[in-house]
Amino acid sequence: MVLGRAAIVVLLAGIPFAAGLCATNPGGDNAVPNIFQPQSTPADSIKQLSDFVLAITGMIFVVVFSLLIYAVIKFRQRAGTADREPAQVYGSTQIELAWTIIPVLIVVVLFLATARVIHAVQDAPKPATAIEITAIGHQYWWEFRYPGLGIVTANELHIPVSDPALPTPTFLKLLSADTDHSFWIPQLAGKTDLIPNHPNSMWMDPHRTGIFLGQCAQYCGTQHAKMLLRVSVDSPKDFGAWVRAQQKPAIQDEKVIAGRRVFETTACINCHAVGGSAANGRFGPDLTHLMSRETIASGAAENTKENLRLWIQKPDAIKPGSLMPAMQLNGEDLDALVNYLETLQ
Amino acid sequence: MSSDAMAIRNVEVESLPLVETLHGWLTTVDHKRLGILYIAYALLFLVIAGIEALIIRIQLMHSHNDFVSPQVFNRMFTMHGTTMIFFVAMPILFGFANYLVPLMIGARDMAFPRLNAFSFWLSALGGFLLYFSFLGGSGLYGAGNAPDVGWWSYAPLTARAFSPGHSSDYWTLSLLVSGFGSIGTAINILATILCLRCPGMKLNRMPLLVWLNLVMAGMVLIAITPLSAAQIMLLIDRYLGGHFFDAQAGGSAVLWMHFFWIFGHPEVYVLIIPCFAFMSEIIPVFSRKPIFGYPVMVAATVCIGFVSLSVWAHHMFTVGMNSYANSFFTITTMAVGVPTGIKIFNWIGTMWGGRIQFKTPMLFSIGFLFQFLIAGLTGIMMAAAPFDWQLSLSYFVVAHFHYVIVGGILFALFAAFYYWYPKMTGRMLSERLGKWHFWLFLIGFHLTFTVMHIPGLLGMPRRIYTYEPGRGWDTLNLIITIGAFIQAVAILVFVANLVISYFKGDKAGNDPWDAWTLEWSTSSPPPAYNFATVPVVASRRPLWDQKHPEDPDSRYD
Repeated sequence: MVLGRAAIVVLLAGIPFAAGLCATNPGGDNAVPNIFQPQSTPADSIKQLSDFVLAITGMIFVVVFSLLIYAVIKFRQRAGTADREPAQVYGSTQIELAWTIIPVLIVVVLFLATARVIHAVQDAPKPATAIEITAIGHQYWWEFRYPGLGIVTANELHIPVSDPALPTPTFLKLLSADTDHSFWIPQLAGKTDLIPNHPNSMWMDPHRTGIFLGQCAQYCGTQHAKMLLRVSVDSPKDFGAWVRAQQKPAIQDEKVIAGRRVFETTACINCHAVGGSAANGRFGPDLTHLMSRETIASGAAENTKENLRLWIQKPDAIKPGSLMPAMQLNGEDLDALVNYLETLQ
Repeated sequence: MSSDAMAIRNVEVESLPLVETLHGWLTTVDHKRLGILYIAYALLFLVIAGIEALIIRIQLMHSHNDFVSPQVFNRMFTMHGTTMIFFVAMPILFGFANYLVPLMIGARDMAFPRLNAFSFWLSALGGFLLYFSFLGGSGLYGAGNAPDVGWWSYAPLTARAFSPGHSSDYWTLSLLVSGFGSIGTAINILATILCLRCPGMKLNRMPLLVWLNLVMAGMVLIAITPLSAAQIMLLIDRYLGGHFFDAQAGGSAVLWMHFFWIFGHPEVYVLIIPCFAFMSEIIPVFSRKPIFGYPVMVAATVCIGFVSLSVWAHHMFTVGMNSYANSFFTITTMAVGVPTGIKIFNWIGTMWGGRIQFKTPMLFSIGFLFQFLIAGLTGIMMAAAPFDWQLSLSYFVVAHFHYVIVGGILFALFAAFYYWYPKMTGRMLSERLGKWHFWLFLIGFHLTFTVMHIPGLLGMPRRIYTYEPGRGWDTLNLIITIGAFIQAVAILVFVANLVISYFKGDKAGNDPWDAWTLEWSTSSPPPAYNFATVPVVASRRPLWDQKHPEDPDSRYD
């Protein structure tokens, strides 16, 4: 029994500890993709529904748990009663009816609240001012296309903040080039899968600017873990500037012509595209404005010179199992190539 | 006749050499021996899949850990999930059903003893085939590897383009083979219950365990067949140029999801209903009262069986179904909560006004009630489709279904072990080790799976071999890993208890718990023919009637 009491104390101590962990999650900071800190209408509708469902299930828990604990304590075998059997009760129709009908009513209420949110999120009309983007899942990276704006980029999504007075929500069409993936930015919207041969859609209207983090949520193969997602929510001015910069073809700098030659005469161009050059591969990320991105390898590493070198020479050091091949370049070619890539602003 | 049989048996036990004993076990068609074989086989795989879980937990102990490669990690979670569902949970529950159902209905064996043996050996072959893949899989990353496509094996990851080599084939074939075994066992259980009940045991006098296994067996027939069909279609895709699931050639990845979850959700109930059955036998005995509301318990189980056939797509809320489909699967899923809630209330009703004895089986049963309550409530959260758009595929879901499978099913199984081990071996399990086992496992369980909900709420997806620092997941994952090791220690205590008690445990006698169902009326362990004379029953609790002739149940029957 001493063992039992000690265990109960440990268990009870664990509850406030766990609650404390929840509460100390830094507020306002987007480093933690907490579903209870929504920054967009769909995520916010979900959070309101979640609060409601949590309140109801919490009440059910308190009631049933109390009954259970009461029964365990009150009706335990006491000294001196061990030889007498208690009254043999076989059931009670009234009580059983009560604990059938009350749950049915709770289910009806929960269902109606849920159906309302399903409809509000899934059947929301698309305003004329919406930004349309096609997201294509590839084994371990994201391709983003802005059909109306003529932009192709990868892994880091830029979208404008949506002002409630003049909403500019982002509507995503979700496709997959290979296996199943799932697009999940917890603070902006619930997740939706990207499935080959099965186009999906989702939307979000961020209420404030900043970087929002997420990652692929549907197991897609070896490097599912490092198929990270960054969404940069920009002010209208910043977004306009980003769009204009992305629409330009790649910078052509004569100083790095040697590196460009390496790029265009090796297997790089089988998979990668650089706008305005001979490279138009589509199997890997578009590199036209590579240096405008903060990360490489779908968020697996910071976009620095050392990491670029490492990624080209030995991708397994950053992301083992990724489909980027080790390029086996000599030191001179590698330097030239990295210098060239570094000009792709 | 019966005394002759007894004499022959005694000679067997005392004089057979080891080789012949083993031969006897290998060729047995006795339902009790097959039940024990099922259980032993499942315990072996429980340890193996548990070690896989520990490897997963060590890798996730902190961010950017490199204890294992992503390839190995992906094999570990695939094998852990597949093994636990198909080669631990199902066989161990079939084992108990095999052992207990004939004894509880006063029969001498299952209806088809040789089909019973055949089914067991098919299931066993499936498990060994799956593990042979570690040697013979020769998949994507060179020779010798296991399946790494997740236990759902979603298309098109299983297509030859994404899964070359044979690792996925081992997955497919092992599930196909063990699936045939499961269907055989289900037919056998159905036939046994419907045809071999002893005189007087009308359907409404069957112990609830028997009723619930009847429902379970019916659900196995309905659930396993689409899975087997899907496995055959996948084989056709991989080797005969079919395009059922090959999205590049116009096939449908979503079709596989439907097939898998039409199997997968009823499967959850296939696993949990026998555990409800254990609870419905153990809680009354240790509360010293009959089950509260027997007819409603039967009706609720049958109702769960039917409704659970229409909820499968709640596993697919993120797949992009339209708002009507999402609403439909929301209401059906929430509706399952009603009969399940009735069961929890009826178990509490059974304890109410009783005289509760805190023997180890009862401790595990109370643990089951507590955890299954929480698992049901997190289930309601995920039944709300929009909430599920956040929770699905995250660690919250992993926490939820481990609450069902470990907090519910495994706790119920431990209760069943402590309760029926004396019947199976003739020896009591140690109460002292049993309490250590219970409290250690309870603490480990909650450290792991209660905490595991939180990283899911903070955006941590499942099936990732590593994660980025700074997202608030590190400390939580460390706690989860510590909890996993405490659970492992508890399992060691349990195994030690099984072994030590087998040799040194107290003698059990026929009826150590003062229980009321027929299996306690015969010796422990029971003779090969179970009952010297076929019993005749007049109520739901035949042994109560014997012990209390002044106030028998049969008076109210």
